[in-house]
Amino acid sequence: MTIAEKEEEIIDEFTLFDDWMDKYNYIIDLGKSLPMIDEKYKTESNLIKGCQSRVWLSAEFDGKILTFTGDSDAVITKGIANLLVRTLSGHTPDEILEADMAFVDKIGLKEHLSPTRSNGLVSMIKQMKLYALVYKTKASLNS
Amino acid sequence: MNTLAVKKPFDITTIRKDFPILSVEVHGKPLVYFDNAATTQKPQQVIDALTDYYSGYNSNVHRGVHYLSQVATEAYEGARTRMGQLLNTQTPSEIIFTRGTTESINLIAFSFGEAFISEGDEIIISTIEHHSNIVPWQLLCERKKAILKVIPVFDNGVLDQDAYKNLFSEKTKLVAVGHISNALGTINPIAEMIHTAHDHKVPVLIDGAQGLPHGRVDVQALDCDFYCFSGHKMYGPTGIGGFYGRLELLDKMPPYQGGGEMIKEVSFARTTFNDVPYKFEAGTPNIADAIGLVAAVDYLEGIGWEAIEKHEHALLLYATEQLIKEGGITIIGTAPDKASLISFLIDGVHPLDAGTIIDHFGIAIRTGNHCAQPLMDRFGITGTMRASFSFYNTIEEIDSLMAAIRKVKQMFL
Repeated sequence: MTIAEKEEEIIDEFTLFDDWMDKYNYIIDLGKSLPMIDEKYKTESNLIKGCQSRVWLSAEFDGKILTFTGDSDAVITKGIANLLVRTLSGHTPDEILEADMAFVDKIGLKEHLSPTRSNGLVSMIKQMKLYALVYKTKASLNS
Repeated sequence: MNTLAVKKPFDITTIRKDFPILSVEVHGKPLVYFDNAATTQKPQQVIDALTDYYSGYNSNVHRGVHYLSQVATEAYEGARTRMGQLLNTQTPSEIIFTRGTTESINLIAFSFGEAFISEGDEIIISTIEHHSNIVPWQLLCERKKAILKVIPVFDNGVLDQDAYKNLFSEKTKLVAVGHISNALGTINPIAEMIHTAHDHKVPVLIDGAQGLPHGRVDVQALDCDFYCFSGHKMYGPTGIGGFYGRLELLDKMPPYQGGGEMIKEVSFARTTFNDVPYKFEAGTPNIADAIGLVAAVDYLEGIGWEAIEKHEHALLLYATEQLIKEGGITIIGTAPDKASLISFLIDGVHPLDAGTIIDHFGIAIRTGNHCAQPLMDRFGITGTMRASFSFYNTIEEIDSLMAAIRKVKQMFL
């Protein structure tokens, strides 16, 4: 599945919810079910400090695709982090760099990605793209 | 200036009508505004004062012979006099206008620091200070190689007064403490603390950002040396605030910023400075908002401090009682003397998660560390939820908050 297809899939899932509370209940479920980042990766260097909540992100590159895992100490933040990981994980650096993540706006969660929210999610996307850029550059140097 | 506001009986319905914003809807629900410790809403009288100034007599102050400039100067200096009366200063010149408490503390840290602080000197602050009463002193200490000493706090949010007394040495040059903690609501015994400091001949700065909005402050009775305040936290406009400074200290302190208004004569060889208070007010001051602040003070005195304190205290007691009855909630800060704000956690729920849901019910509370990270560290938490009440809030609004809290528990636990 391409990133765009995954985004469409998420948008479809969210159209099922009539009101905000159902939507948040779903995000809370996602937050509770997200496979926790392996404890060994829950390190200071993988920590993205938001002012209000903390986010951990780790990335692995197999030479072709990047795999992300993430976690947060706040459940809603973690639920949204789950969506971001689901969208970008398993793709090549080029695909990740091109993704505009417009689905976040379409499912009505844009406010959670505002820099003033300072929950760490904006930095999380930046960090994911940075990993993609680093691995792309490394790959081009090796080829 | 209207200094003889007539006190009316406390009528919450009429009072709420004075604040246009209290009738807006948020997420389709009537706004419940419980973030008053961050900033308070403005009554129509304040909004009108700003409009009247800009549409009727906007002009620069102190330097014009023309009519409007004189009217504006009188209004601006009238604001100084009004704040002097409110705080009971010896003379209006002891009121310096700034952008607010943060700028006031920075100004004093710089100017007092230049005049009185040298290497090895000590400044006492407390664990429960807002960042704006910590960082300016850290900067000063770095600049002057001085030492910052910190009064510890008990688990209930009360400062350890015995430890405070033991912090004094011959090197102590200043005590800077908050009147009321923005994160816990603790009302510090500032009169006693000032007395203790003066026994050691040490001047005291009070961060009154959370103090002045809630009750009468008399700087002469307190005998404090500096008292800093923010207009926007006391129903006035943003961008205006100031501080009271004891005249003999202000006279000895050098200017903070250079520019117009603060000088007597300027030549390239030498510049002489204007007198207090103008020495500390470089450039065109915030005329409009100083006038707006007067309207806020008139409004508060019109309601009456006793009525304000009584209503706010009733709200605090009711909210505390409801949170305890609810169970599964930890109140952070249980000092016997508290202003009308409560910091709390729903056990097992991250404050940001809870705040996000509560917001969807149209209820504005603050979540996070409240610009008091050292205090959060002391309690081993990363943040709290804070509901801070004003005299325009109601028991029914607290009931709405409680209903939202029950919903949060349902969703997360």
